[in-house]
Amino acid sequence: MHDIAIHVTGLKKSFKTTTVLKGVDFTVQRGEIFALLGANGAGKTTLVKILSTLAKQDSGSAKVHGFDVLDEPERVRQSISLTGQFAAVDEILTGRENLVMIAKLRHLADSRRIVDDLLKRFDLTDAADRRVSTYSGGMRRRLDIAMSLVGKPNIIFLDEPTTGLDPEGRLEVWKMVKELSITGTTVFLTTQYLEEAEQLADRIAILHEGTIITNGTLAELKKLFPPAKVEYVEKQPTLEDIFLAIIGKKEEK
Amino acid sequence: MEAIRKHSFSDMGIMLGRSMRHIFRSMDTIITVTITPIAMMLLFVYVFGGAIQTGMDNYVNYLLPGILLIAIASGIAYTAYRLFMDMQSGIFERFHSMPIAHSAALWGHVLTSLVSNAISVVVIILVALVMGFRSAAPIVSWLAVAGILALFTLALTWMAVIAGLSAKSVDGAGAFSYPLIFLPFISSAFVPTESMPPVVRAFADNQPVTSIVEAIRSLQASEPVGNDIWIALAWCVGISIVAYFFAMRVYKRKTA
Repeated sequence: MHDIAIHVTGLKKSFKTTTVLKGVDFTVQRGEIFALLGANGAGKTTLVKILSTLAKQDSGSAKVHGFDVLDEPERVRQSISLTGQFAAVDEILTGRENLVMIAKLRHLADSRRIVDDLLKRFDLTDAADRRVSTYSGGMRRRLDIAMSLVGKPNIIFLDEPTTGLDPEGRLEVWKMVKELSITGTTVFLTTQYLEEAEQLADRIAILHEGTIITNGTLAELKKLFPPAKVEYVEKQPTLEDIFLAIIGKKEEK
Repeated sequence: MEAIRKHSFSDMGIMLGRSMRHIFRSMDTIITVTITPIAMMLLFVYVFGGAIQTGMDNYVNYLLPGILLIAIASGIAYTAYRLFMDMQSGIFERFHSMPIAHSAALWGHVLTSLVSNAISVVVIILVALVMGFRSAAPIVSWLAVAGILALFTLALTWMAVIAGLSAKSVDGAGAFSYPLIFLPFISSAFVPTESMPPVVRAFADNQPVTSIVEAIRSLQASEPVGNDIWIALAWCVGISIVAYFFAMRVYKRKTA
């Protein structure tokens, strides 16, 4: 059990007339970054909701941190943290108040120090006492993820963490996710961006029409396709490279 | 599980603290909840009051219970609004995926509704005192008034919970309160029901607001309350229970 963070077998879920999950199986190892890749409406969010005890499956089983999501939802909740698709932050409170609220709800001793540490780590110290409604999208997402880290949960669910962020914000989130996995936290990430999965994930699963059609490391997935041909192509900077270079120069001034 | 039960009151306290911050940081909610009823009280006492025959010397005394009910009815529109915003923003999902009592998030809103309405009621009573409201009622009567108002708030709060949870838009979340704000006008809150045409009077005499208003008025005047207080309590408790039942059903369906 201790090497396996999430174990899902034969998971099915349908809403009224549409079947969203048609028998999903996969395993996430402890400490890895697992990316679930899929188009909009593929059922990624439904899967995250079942794993985080917000929804119940029709059949099949799901174990998170060794606990069955139906039998022991309380223990599952003690082991996880969810960062949903829309930043779940309180706009009217300040960044610090948001973090303190979560620390109190998790009944942590020394919540002040924990909050100060997180603010520093997520580069929010200067904005800590401003209301979240004044934050940029990237800052909001950073706070959102910081809130999920309060109390050091074993497994973190990130449901499309970079959707709607500008390129800078996306890079910030990527950096944070990488740091998380260094500390041994298991990260379950959903995304619709192939590049994101490629950049971050130790293991990638593709959810398509209700089932996992492929599951493996990036190297394994690459082997499924014909070997790369060596071609000479002039590397043009992408618009993103240009954008980031210009922004970077401005900030140095 | 035991740890969760042990903490559920402090969790609710944290949720209450959060919503109270929302109230104090959005001035418009305080203004709507207290200033509008106060303006109405000024209007009725100093503009219409002279033409209204209530059989009581002091029209402020006559008017106050109805004004308090209007304040509460407009106050709970914000309860529905705050709940709706929490459902939309995903912060409820965060709370529900945390190891805290599932009901803490909802009860936080209910407590906030009770506390914030109590605050606006106190503010309005203070203004009424300035305008000439007088009562020699003993403390027991005032406690009874407080109890009735709290029960009335609770009944409307559970209705607000249904609206807040099931609304599809912000406007929808608050819209249910408009008829409630109007109920006191078709009751004995502003004028005695004797002056109304028979059909309207039949409605006014038998709707909850009239019995609540009459009970509060009698308590404030240290007069015997008669059956009004029992009818008032029956309405409040009955609406609370029915609304609570439906609210919990909606809550379970939306969050399970």
